[in-house]
Amino acid sequence: MSTAKDYISIQAEDFDLSNEVSLLEQNNMHDGAVVTFTGRVRNKNDGLQVSALTLEHYPGMTEKSLEKILNTARQRWKIGRIRVIHRIGKLNIGEQIVFVGVSSMHRQDAFAAAEFIMDFLKVQAPFWKKELTEQGEKWLDAKQSDQHKAQHWES
Amino acid sequence: MIKVVFFAALREQLNCAELTIAANEVSTVADIKKQLANKNEHWQQVFSNGALLSAVNHDMVNAETQVKAGDEIAFFPPVTGG
Repeated sequence: MSTAKDYISIQAEDFDLSNEVSLLEQNNMHDGAVVTFTGRVRNKNDGLQVSALTLEHYPGMTEKSLEKILNTARQRWKIGRIRVIHRIGKLNIGEQIVFVGVSSMHRQDAFAAAEFIMDFLKVQAPFWKKELTEQGEKWLDAKQSDQHKAQHWES
Repeated sequence: MIKVVFFAALREQLNCAELTIAANEVSTVADIKKQLANKNEHWQQVFSNGALLSAVNHDMVNAETQVKAGDEIAFFPPVTGG
């Protein structure tokens, strides 16, 4: 199980970067590094103009799969706190979709763990994007390059 | 009974979010898939997609995984979050 230091939220609401960084830093005097990643909705994908997207997920499995990813990261690196937020529902271009924040004593662990968590979230957490493009609604196809990104951690 | 749920593009293609099947008729995830594909020509075609993923009780599994009464089985396309 994840420790109490891990905070996972699946939510429709937007999030505030400075609040999330505060959660990682508050009463935390031993971690010298905080690394954060924010994913946003792009205006273009596969050459098509995108105006919005809808995110669907599998309640229950989403949380479980993220906990597993976080536990694996904790076994691999020396990590202080982890915060993961993934939004669901309808999101317009420019809006924030996902947040991963990691604190650690030294920067190397936080950098690596944040990238690892994002790479596995991409291929294991049950989220699906449907884009609203100039040609209508379209479910996104999974990218082979995302599979390769996750696989490279195994070597 | 076994609960079967579908997500995203797969749910739309089937026009079905969930159904139940008798536990005594199937022993693995592959058996369930076969039974679903046998419903009709449309379902047959949809389930011929080799890229579909499956989960049992919220854990990603392969086709040989055993299933039993009370389990929740999910089928869905490759994930695209993040």
